[in-house]
Amino acid sequence: MQKNLRWRILITVAVAVVFGLVGVYPIVASSYNLPMADWLLEKQLKLGLDLKGGVHLVLQVQTDTALRSETEAQAERLREALRTAGTNVGGVTVLSSTQFRVDGVPPEQDAAFLQAAADADANFDRSSRTNGAYTFTMKPNVQNSMKAEAIVQARQTIERRVNELGVAEPSIAQQGNGEQILVQLPGVTDVDRAKGIISSTGLLKLTLVEQGPFPSREAALQAFNNAVPPDLEILPGRQDAGAGGGLGSTVFYAVKKAAAVSGRDLRSAQQSLDQYNRPAVSFTLKQDAALRFGNFTQTNIGRPMAIVLDDRVMSVATIQGRITDNGQITGINREEMIDTVITLKSGALPAKMDYIQEQTIGPSLGADAIRAGVTASVVGLFLVVAFMLFYYKLSGVNAVVALILNLVILLGLMAYIGAVMTLPGIAGFVLTMGIGVDSNVLIFERIKEELEQGRPVKTALNAGFGRVFLTLLDTHISAAIAALFLMQFGTGPIRGFAYTLIIGLASNLFTSTFVSRTLFELVLGQQPQVKTLSI
Amino acid sequence: MHIFHNTTFDFLRWRWHAIILSWVVIIAGVAVGFTKGVPLGLEFAGGTAVIAQFDKTPTIESVRQALDRNFPNGGENVIVQSYGEPSQREVMIRVPQVGTQGGTSLSATRSAVEAAIRAANLGNFTVVGTEIVSPTVGRDLSQKGLSAFVLSLLGILAYIAFRFEFSFAVGAVIATVHDIFVTFAFLAFFQYDLTLNVIAALLTVTGYSTNDTIVIFDRVRENLRAMRTKSLNEVVNLSLNQTLGRTVITAGTALLSSIALFLFGGEVLRGFAFTMIVGIVTGTYSSVFVAAAIVTFWNRKNRRFAAATAPPSDAATGQGGRKQKRAKAS
Repeated sequence: MQKNLRWRILITVAVAVVFGLVGVYPIVASSYNLPMADWLLEKQLKLGLDLKGGVHLVLQVQTDTALRSETEAQAERLREALRTAGTNVGGVTVLSSTQFRVDGVPPEQDAAFLQAAADADANFDRSSRTNGAYTFTMKPNVQNSMKAEAIVQARQTIERRVNELGVAEPSIAQQGNGEQILVQLPGVTDVDRAKGIISSTGLLKLTLVEQGPFPSREAALQAFNNAVPPDLEILPGRQDAGAGGGLGSTVFYAVKKAAAVSGRDLRSAQQSLDQYNRPAVSFTLKQDAALRFGNFTQTNIGRPMAIVLDDRVMSVATIQGRITDNGQITGINREEMIDTVITLKSGALPAKMDYIQEQTIGPSLGADAIRAGVTASVVGLFLVVAFMLFYYKLSGVNAVVALILNLVILLGLMAYIGAVMTLPGIAGFVLTMGIGVDSNVLIFERIKEELEQGRPVKTALNAGFGRVFLTLLDTHISAAIAALFLMQFGTGPIRGFAYTLIIGLASNLFTSTFVSRTLFELVLGQQPQVKTLSI
Repeated sequence: MHIFHNTTFDFLRWRWHAIILSWVVIIAGVAVGFTKGVPLGLEFAGGTAVIAQFDKTPTIESVRQALDRNFPNGGENVIVQSYGEPSQREVMIRVPQVGTQGGTSLSATRSAVEAAIRAANLGNFTVVGTEIVSPTVGRDLSQKGLSAFVLSLLGILAYIAFRFEFSFAVGAVIATVHDIFVTFAFLAFFQYDLTLNVIAALLTVTGYSTNDTIVIFDRVRENLRAMRTKSLNEVVNLSLNQTLGRTVITAGTALLSSIALFLFGGEVLRGFAFTMIVGIVTGTYSSVFVAAAIVTFWNRKNRRFAAATAPPSDAATGQGGRKQKRAKAS
């Protein structure tokens, strides 16, 4: 037994030292400026947004828009293929985000049509011919994979943009049914700017201006007798005030829908100045796009071309000659310049995104929450410790040691796995404390009972720990089951609570049985004959 | 030291009174819930909340008037209350609207609220916190909350049925459902907002209540093995008495922590702490009076748990007639 006991003491001390070093020491060291290794500092328990202050955003990815743009692109490709093949059809119409229809396919050209449609067949189910029309529906598995891809791409794009923003320790994660993206930006106070950068589609298009500028949308519509041709669209823009300085009023342009160059063709973007020394964004194109753009500008010399960003005409210039691989966005202010570079560099978002939740916590609010949470924990701990010492006397010391070691392990493990301390997490601490006390109470009450039945101290201890271990196992496992479901359901803060609880349950099982028993045996082992137990 | 020493309370005698009391509380809770409604927190209801810190504390009434006057479609759904410590001079304003969903316009309402207060000349203020939740989020959450709760109950049911008896599992789950209903009733009585934190507390109460029940059932299981001559009712009563000290001490210390949380935990944790306090009390009560009682009801006709050899002693339960029948059957 003695050799066994030595091992148990060794394990207990080792656990206390390791977890104390990882969990407690960095906190103490950073408040008192004690020396500390960098890798330890990195592992320090991090505070959640509710304690540190910052911005919490939830975006809903409109995956439908990603499907729609794929369907539109496919319809456009088919239209193009039919034109090159010389097949005349009545028309290609996009019906919904996943469907388009080709009307009026002449019977004699059916075979040629089907050949041209072979490309579409890879991703779309083609209906059988009805009245000379075919309906194409995106295959369900393609829909699913495109949706999933759009969400992942959106998340990665947001990550890049947030990194460009220079936020320390941001957190970006998919949540809910997977179509939601949670963005947490600690320390950020300018919500509106952050929101603008994160969700701007960042879609750059270079396209021809058909007519304009018009002073209003109505005027633009009237120019086409309220029937805008399908290959054109009316977009707002700002009139370039020229050398005069300032930025002009809003005007409207009718531009070609099909872009000569799009955001995908972009190689790089950087801040620059225009000819009047005003902020501008210069961009260069990829090689194959440069070739295309060269041909496009060559054939359209003398016509006005628009640079469109996120469905807004940024600038319009007349094509003077062949342009190959670079261009400039002008008519923006300084902040717009910085933000535009960020969005262009990070790439376009594959789908539209809507904000569905937004929370800002000012730093003072967070500090208040920390103070309140810590006060409550300390008061709670003090009350419980006082009670245990009062009620269980010397054995109470044992319980208090187990309780505190439990909290040390909890802090250490949370720091180690990189969990974040939130307000509900503090609540989880308080609850863990409660469960820890319960375990000790169960054991001590049992020992008391055994002692009352006249058993010697050591037998009573063994019986107490032995019997109660099974009870503890049952109670802890069922609590863990509840916590696991909480984790499934939980959004950020609640998940933090569940994490804390599960870790606390595990460490409590260790401290209240293994450690507590070791302490009893360590103290009682010194005495050859134990007659009484202070409990 | 002992709080309870060798007690011989006849808990099962009180089971009918307990069941009536529980029903009264639950029905009253449902009644209040239907008439006054259970106020939903922002996460579930959707809306905009703004926490503003003023240079000079304005009266709640003046802020409300400012909103009524300047905020479109304000009225009774606008909540204005002081927030946190009075020394912080903070006021929380909550309106049910959010900006239209789509793009970044969600926060339009926040600007409208700010403008309304600014227009009323209540002195300088800074917005220290905002929360905007679109209604779709709430619908999502309530659905998930309910499924998480049902799943966790099924998980617990399965675990206890595996480790104990099916009847024990039924007792534990009914006791837990009972606790949730009672806690809801108290949330309705005191009109606490149903927030995510409160839901977390409710799920914690679920775990706590089962924990309590399992400890008692564990003792019943142990005693049933050791005392084959006693009837189930006697064994249950004995077990309840044996674990009474532990039950009260654990509930007491858990209550101490929760009360500390309630008093010092700040605004955000108050609803959580209130729910915990109610949950601990009802969880302890239900383990003793509901869970154990259901096990005895369930096994009324079960021969396995009936006293095999000894003549029934009615002193402990006062339910002589019923037990006589069982003795005959065995």
